[in-house]
Order: sequence, then structure tokens, then C-alpha cells
Amino acid sequence: MPPSPSDSTDPGILPPRDTGGRLVVVLLVPGDGNAISALQRAAEDGCKGEIVDARLTASVLPSLETVLARRPAAVLMDSLAQDNPAGSRHAWRWQDAVELLESGIDVFVALAPGDVASRADAVAAITGRPPAKTVPDPFLDRADAVNVIDAGTVSPPLGESQRSALRALALRLAAEHAERRLAALSRNLQSPVWRSTERLIVAVSPSPFSTQLIRWTRRTAAALGAPWLAVYVEITRPLTEEARSLIENNLALARELGGEVVVTRDDDVAAALVRVARDREATQIVIGKPSDRRWHDILRGRTMVERLFELGGKIDIHMIPAASAPTAGPRLRLDSASPSGWSEYALVVAAIGGITVAGLLMTGFYYLSVGLVYLLAVILLSLRVGRGPMLLAGVLSALTWEYVFIPPKFAISIASVQDALLFGTYFVVALVAGQLTARIRAQAHNERLREERATALFRLTHSLAEAGTLDDAVQSALRQMDRLFAAQTALALPSAADGPLVLHAASAFGFDPAEREAAEWACRHRRPAGRFSPTLASCSGYYEPLLREGRSLGVLGVKIPAGRAFPAAQRELIGTFARQLALIVEREQLRRAGEREKLLAESDRLHRALLDSVSHELRTPLSVIASAAEDLEEIRPEARSRLLGEIRIAALRLNRVVGNLLDQTRLESGALRPRLQWCGVDDLLKSTVQEVHDALAGRSVEIHVPAGMPAVHLDWTLTGHALACLLLNAAVHTPAGMPVSLSAEYDETGRRLFLRVADRGPGVPAAIRGRLFQKFVRGDPAQAGGVGLGLSIVRGFSLAQGGEVSMGDNPGGGAVFTICLPQAQHQYQPAP
Amino acid sequence: MSAPSLPLVLVIEDEIQFRRLLRLTLEAVGYEVNEAANGQLGLNETAVRPPQGIIVDLGLPDIDGKEVIRRIREWSQVPMLVLTVRDGEDEKIAALDAGADDYLTKPFSGRELLARLRAILRRTQTAVGSPVVRFGDVEVDLAARVVRRAGSELRLTAKEHDLLRYLAVHAGRVVTHRQILRELWGVNAEESPQYLWVYMTHLRQKLEPNPREPRYLMTDAGVGYRLIAD
Repeated sequence: MPPSPSDSTDPGILPPRDTGGRLVVVLLVPGDGNAISALQRAAEDGCKGEIVDARLTASVLPSLETVLARRPAAVLMDSLAQDNPAGSRHAWRWQDAVELLESGIDVFVALAPGDVASRADAVAAITGRPPAKTVPDPFLDRADAVNVIDAGTVSPPLGESQRSALRALALRLAAEHAERRLAALSRNLQSPVWRSTERLIVAVSPSPFSTQLIRWTRRTAAALGAPWLAVYVEITRPLTEEARSLIENNLALARELGGEVVVTRDDDVAAALVRVARDREATQIVIGKPSDRRWHDILRGRTMVERLFELGGKIDIHMIPAASAPTAGPRLRLDSASPSGWSEYALVVAAIGGITVAGLLMTGFYYLSVGLVYLLAVILLSLRVGRGPMLLAGVLSALTWEYVFIPPKFAISIASVQDALLFGTYFVVALVAGQLTARIRAQAHNERLREERATALFRLTHSLAEAGTLDDAVQSALRQMDRLFAAQTALALPSAADGPLVLHAASAFGFDPAEREAAEWACRHRRPAGRFSPTLASCSGYYEPLLREGRSLGVLGVKIPAGRAFPAAQRELIGTFARQLALIVEREQLRRAGEREKLLAESDRLHRALLDSVSHELRTPLSVIASAAEDLEEIRPEARSRLLGEIRIAALRLNRVVGNLLDQTRLESGALRPRLQWCGVDDLLKSTVQEVHDALAGRSVEIHVPAGMPAVHLDWTLTGHALACLLLNAAVHTPAGMPVSLSAEYDETGRRLFLRVADRGPGVPAAIRGRLFQKFVRGDPAQAGGVGLGLSIVRGFSLAQGGEVSMGDNPGGGAVFTICLPQAQHQYQPAP
Repeated sequence: MSAPSLPLVLVIEDEIQFRRLLRLTLEAVGYEVNEAANGQLGLNETAVRPPQGIIVDLGLPDIDGKEVIRRIREWSQVPMLVLTVRDGEDEKIAALDAGADDYLTKPFSGRELLARLRAILRRTQTAVGSPVVRFGDVEVDLAARVVRRAGSELRLTAKEHDLLRYLAVHAGRVVTHRQILRELWGVNAEESPQYLWVYMTHLRQKLEPNPREPRYLMTDAGVGYRLIAD
């Protein structure tokens, strides 16, 4: 579906001068010069590198994609107001120029003065040709230079006076542009800054004349360097389809020309305008000169203009007459918003006819009572039918009453003054009653629409606030939108910074390449794209970027079923939803960043604690050795052996710590290959105890092995080391002198071997039981010593042999560590 | 008269080997030694059997060593010597600022330990008497506020004199930059050690035999200064 003019987006998001390419505009006034050579000269003077000719008349017209791919230094363009052929990325050629500028490419453009939106009327008045398609004014504002050249021809040729007028207009355009540039430069600011305190408001109505008003306001505002607003005051009377599309076109034009659009609801237009003006601190209001007085003006006793002057106070009021007599635009018709069907008219005719027949049949009624019944019927009908049928009901009932019942009967004449009065009053009452109820119904309809919208937004914000995770929020938002717009919606977020878009799992439709391109474009250029938009309109979805502080956080896609319209109100609502979603996405991003930060800090903290503990474990025995060695010479000979003993203990401890660290490294590198062998369990336990005898500091170790226990199948070194770790662990965590027991047994099946180390110490604190076998977990912090690797190594060595290790409470107090190792069937029994 | 009781030293240290080493070293020269295996026990022992000096390890398992020092300083002026395996200057300065009198980095020799311990114990033992501190050919008479070098009186500026006096009063012990600055310039100058460096340079030029290689007015890297007296 080709976009209608009202679908134009706001070109106010042009790339600022300092980032994008340069834009040079050449304004052509019909004359003898050569537009092409002027353009080429300007381009060759201004930049070095490839210059691509993308004029409509170029021998081969390159597509936007190919131009972008070639990355030339400059591009020559003309006929910017033209539509692009179907299937192009953008609907209009001037959008191509904008994208080129955004990509940092210089653009040299030839324009006719009449191509500029705000001058279209003026040029039409000079040449007598109606304004055709135009380029929005902000595009011209973005230009770095505007030159005027006498070149090009028009047919039919213009007279000298017309050409002078055109030239004057073009020169004025260029002069205004230069003045604005100068003002911006003198403030040393790149972006246009409103230099005056003026602010203009233009009142927009559903009339073609409003476009003139909007252009006039834009011109004046630009000359003043003032911002401006287009205000549409919606009154309760419903609009026809035609009027609705007119007002949307007018508002779109205002947006396109860089104005801000405000829609407000009030039955008193003057009061609403003044209210908006006060709110926005506007200094001037622009209105059209009314062509006639409206009946409600007469009722109020003053015209809208008079009321504006009265209410406005210090605000200046500009009244602009229509330049050419406006073809009486589609006035508000007494018609319902929803067109009344034939059934309503039929109902009206049937009701009036019924009452008439009944009145005729029941003779003897006073004609006045019949009139009252008619009135009752009219008022009851007004609750059911629209404006048109109501009008019919009023007229029809009045005429029928007069013709059939008011004497003289069956004649269009009224005998007495009293009857004339009665008839007149009836007629007015019926009409007014009908109109009033119709208006109330329209008001109720509007109220309902507004409430639906408010409810939708409320539900959205509510559910977004409720949602715990981004996924929940997106899921509920998309499903709500599906219902609300009766369409499919999708959300795509960048996979990484500037990465490709990835569809959220809750999306109702997927991307094909065309859809993806539109979505990516919308995300990259921070403007809507896709169907109903001027960019990539050929795809089936409409894509609205999620904007937050000038950044695109993702894209919201909506697929409206074919054949359905997409009114501005819906688009606005989608924009609002997109903003809400952007907030949520940003919240999620911030939360994730915070979490990452916290994780980093935590890992940093762990790292430092680990380094502290390892360095403490290594340096303490080293310090003992060094300190003791220093004193060896000086100390009394009888104390010397004690120092030597300390040195030996420290050296052994150091050896254990280094051994543990190496074991852990071996475990983590995965280089551990157990060498299983058959051995006697008694030998293993005894030699293990022997090995750690020194460190046990005089504790007794009881060894329990069932008599006649067969040989076991395991890695001697790994198992011995694991048991030694457990024994040392028991020695460190139990009071001196406490016995430790070491036992071995098979389970009933003989397939598993249990090796147990039990102590009578205080047991393991509940707080660390869950992480007991993780590395660098240490027991009682008030107890000295240990890197926290021992139990981790025990577990690693057990796992390496296909076994496991567990911890339990020793009946009667203390802890039991059990290593469980799988045993193969006995293939061989040791000789007895 | 009963025999003079031996000075009691409390060792607050979690590593049993160091406790044994310290006991060996201290008892060899006639100190009586009491041990505590963690901070809480150390605080208890200090209260129950007030020692004449405390040796405390900074890396205690339950309470941080600095916290132990701070709590003892709240009610006692007992001299404290800090032991640390860490060579972080910040740790040492923090411990000294918390109230420790000197520090010793592990590993240490018995001689070094005993010298430091003597220096901090002297503070309480020689509170009165003729306060004259001598080093090299310099004599600092604390009572008369006179500094002599090779017998003749030396002219010092007021601040130089104050600085020298402060170092002499704490002779043999380290004083942190912060302590000197607070004493001589007031609390606001605590963060500006550059003053100190200037005065220290002047003092060395006037008092040291070779100011480039000071022998008496020593810098304790990153921590402070120490006057090595005879």
C-alpha cells in the first residue's frame, strides 16, 4: 500500500551539521544558466573524491543502496520533491538525500523555489500552477549553503515580471537562510536555537485553507527564529471521514514543516486556543479569517475572534484571510461519525408512519395530543439513531402532523395563529432535542475512545511495573497490543551493542529479509519504517524504534492485517507503547550492568581473599624458618634443637601447602589419570597414618579393618593422599589429644568400598556444610591455618577414581568423612 | 625487698610456631611471656594480667589486629609492638595511627625484636630523669631546649627544633608522617607531608655527618621517620 501524504514522518530528525555530510542547495530560477554545470562546479570545488550523479535525468540513475555502497564523496541530486518509484527504500527522493547526509556523504541539490513547502503557495500564485509535491522546510534549514542560480526552463515560459517575482522569492529564501546560519554561528552552536522569546500558535481546522495558514506561520516563525505549534481543537461534533482525513493531512503538514502538534478537546475553540497559548507561553496566535458567522457565535453574541481578543489579553492575534477563495471545504455535516445505515432511516419512517396510522384509526383524539406523541417518538428515536435519521424524523413528523392532524386536515395550511405557533415550536423542539441527544451520544463515544486509550495505557504501565523480568514485561505488553490493535506485534532487541536485531521470543511474527531490513533501518535511523511509513513501505510490518535519550534500544513491530487502515491515533498509541517499552528495556539494561558490576566486584573480592590466604599460608612457615635461622647462631646451644624443630615443622607445612596447590592444579587441568591396582587396605591405612604422624601432634589413630577383608582395587597414591588430607583436617579442627578413627569396609554387595575418618571434635558448622567440598572454603575462621583446598582435593581424588566423598555426623559427637570407591568383581585373591 | 619482677610481655599471635619462637627469644633474655592465640583472648589477657609490653600480630583470625590495638589503647598506655607478614605500608601506618608504638615485619631476627621491644618499653621506664638524647656528636637536651653539636650550641629554627624534639622523645621508634604533622602543624596539615620532607632535609644538613646518607635521622620507607639514638 503506497503511503499517503499524511504518512510523512517528521524530518526534524535531520543529522546535525557537525556529524553528517554537507548539504548545498542551489535554488533554480528560470534563466539562461546551466543548472547541471553549476551543481557540478559547486561539488568539484567543495570536495575531493568520487562524485555520483543521482539526478533524475542522469544517464543511469543509481539506487540509494548502490550509492551508499560506493561511499562517494558527494552526490548530485535534483527533483527532490518527487516520489520514488515503488519498491524503493524511501517514498520520497528528499529522504534519500537525508540518508546520504546521515552517512556522512556531501549532497548537492538543485531545487525550484516552488519545491519548498512553505513557498509552494506563493510560487503557485506567481506561476498560476497549483503547488505540486514539496520538500519540507527543515530540509532546507539543514543546508550549509543556499545559492540562487538563473538556470532551467519551465513550460509554458514565464513572463519577465513572473521571473522577477520568482527570483525575488528565491533570493529572500537564501537571505533568510543566511541570516539564520549567521545567528547560529554567532552563538557558536550547531543546532538551531530559537533566538527570540516569541512562540507562535496556529489554529488548524479541517479545511484546505488551513494548509495556507500553516505555511504562513512556518514562514513567519522561521523569520522570527521562533518555535511554533499547530493546535487542533477537537469539538464534540463528530467529523466526517473526509474532514478527518483533511485534519490529519493538515497536522501531518505542520509536523513536516517542523511545528509541534497539539490536539486538545474543547467545545469553546477560543478558550482552548488561549489555554494552550498560556500553557506553552505562546506570544502570537494565528487564525484564519472566518468567512461567515456561525450560528452558535450568534447564540453567544460574539464571534470566536472577538472572544479570542477578549480572552487572549496580551497575546497577539493574527487573522489571515484565504489567499484564494477557498473552495468551501467539506464543512461539518450533520452526520454521525459512524454513518447511519438505511435501517435507521427505515426505522424513522416506520415509527412516524405507525403513529400517523394509529392517530388516524383512533379518531376523537385532540390533534395536540397526537403532536405530543410525535414528540415522544422523536425523542425516543434520538436514543437509537444518528444525526441524519434524526433530522428526517424531526422534519417528517412535523410535516405529517401538520398535513394530517392540524386543522384543516389533509392540507398544507394552518388556520390559526395559535396552531402556527404550536407547529413552529414543535419543529424547533424536535430538531434541537434530536441534535442535543446526538451530540451527547457523540460525546459519550469520544469519552469511550479516550477511556479505552487511557485504560490501555494504564494496563500497560501497570503490567510493566508488575512484571518481574524483561521477558514477562515484553510478553504481557505484546499480548495487550495484539488485542488492542487486533494485529500481530513483535519486539526485536539488538543482540549486542550495534549488533543485529534478535526477535524476542514473545513476538507474534518472524522476520523475513525485507522485514528485517525495515526493522534494522528503524533502529539505526531512530525513525519509524515499514508499511504506513515513507521508508521501506513495501514490507508488511510497521516498525517503531524504542527511543530513550536519543538512543535506539530496539524496535517494536506491528503487522496490521491487509486492508485495514492505520489512523494517526493508533500510531500515536503505538509510539506511546514503544516509549513505555523503551523505559523497561533500559531498566533491564541498567539492572544487567549493575549485576555485572556486582559480579566483577565479588570475583575481585574473592580473588583478593584467596591471594591473602595463599600468601599467608606460604609466608608464615617461610617467616618461621627465616626468623629461626637468624637466631640459630646467637641462641644458647641447648635451645638450638628447639629452633631446628620449628624449622622442620615449618618446612613440612610449607611442603603440604605447595603440594595441595599442585594437586589442585592437576585436578583442574584434567591431567589426572588414576592407576588402579590391587592392594591390601590394611597396608594403605597404616602407611597413611605413618605419613602424617608428625602433623597429628600426638593424637592416637585407631584403625579398624574387618578381619579377612579381601584386597581392594584403587589408586594407592590418590587414596592415600585423600585419607591423609582427612586426617590432617581432623587434627586441625579437633582439640589436642582427641583420638581419630580410621576404618574400612565393603557394603553388602561387595561392589563398594567405604573408607571412613571419624573424629570427636565439634563437627562441621551448618553454615558451610553445603559448600564444604568446594575449593578455598575454610572451616572455623578463628582457627588458624589452611588454604581451604584439602577437602576439595579429597573430593577431586575420589571422583577421579569414580567414587565420591560425603560428610556426616559421628554418633556420639564429631564428624565422619566417608570416601566411597566402586570395586570391580574380584578376579584375584591375594594368597593367604 | 622482693626481687624485681620480670617484665611481663603478652604475645597475641595465631600461629603456634611464632608463639613458640617468640617465647624462646624473650625468655632467653629474661622476659616473662604470656600467650594469646587470637584477638579476643588477647584482650582478655591484657585485662586480667596487665603486661608491661604487648607484641601483637596484625593478621589475627577473629578480630583485626588494628582493632585489638585500638581497643587496648582506649584504656591502657601499655607499649605495643606490631608484627606483620604483610609489607603493605598502609597496614603499618594504620596500625601505628591506631596506637601501636612500633612495628616489625616478619621474618625478623631475635636481636631486632629485642631492640624494638627495649625502645618501646624505655618510654614508660624513663618518664623522668635527665632527658638528654645523644646521637653521633649531637646532644639534644630536652629539658633545656638546647641542641649541641660537637659541644657547641646549634641554631635551629623553631619548627626544626620542634621536629627534632619530637623525634628525640620517641627515639628508637618510628613516628608516622601523620603523627608528626598533627603534633607540629595541627590536624589540618595531616595530608601534606611535603612540609615535613623540607624540614627533615634541613635537619639532616645541620646534624648528619653525611646528609646524603643519613645514619641517625632515618626514613622508614612509606611509613615515617625514626631517630636512631645512642
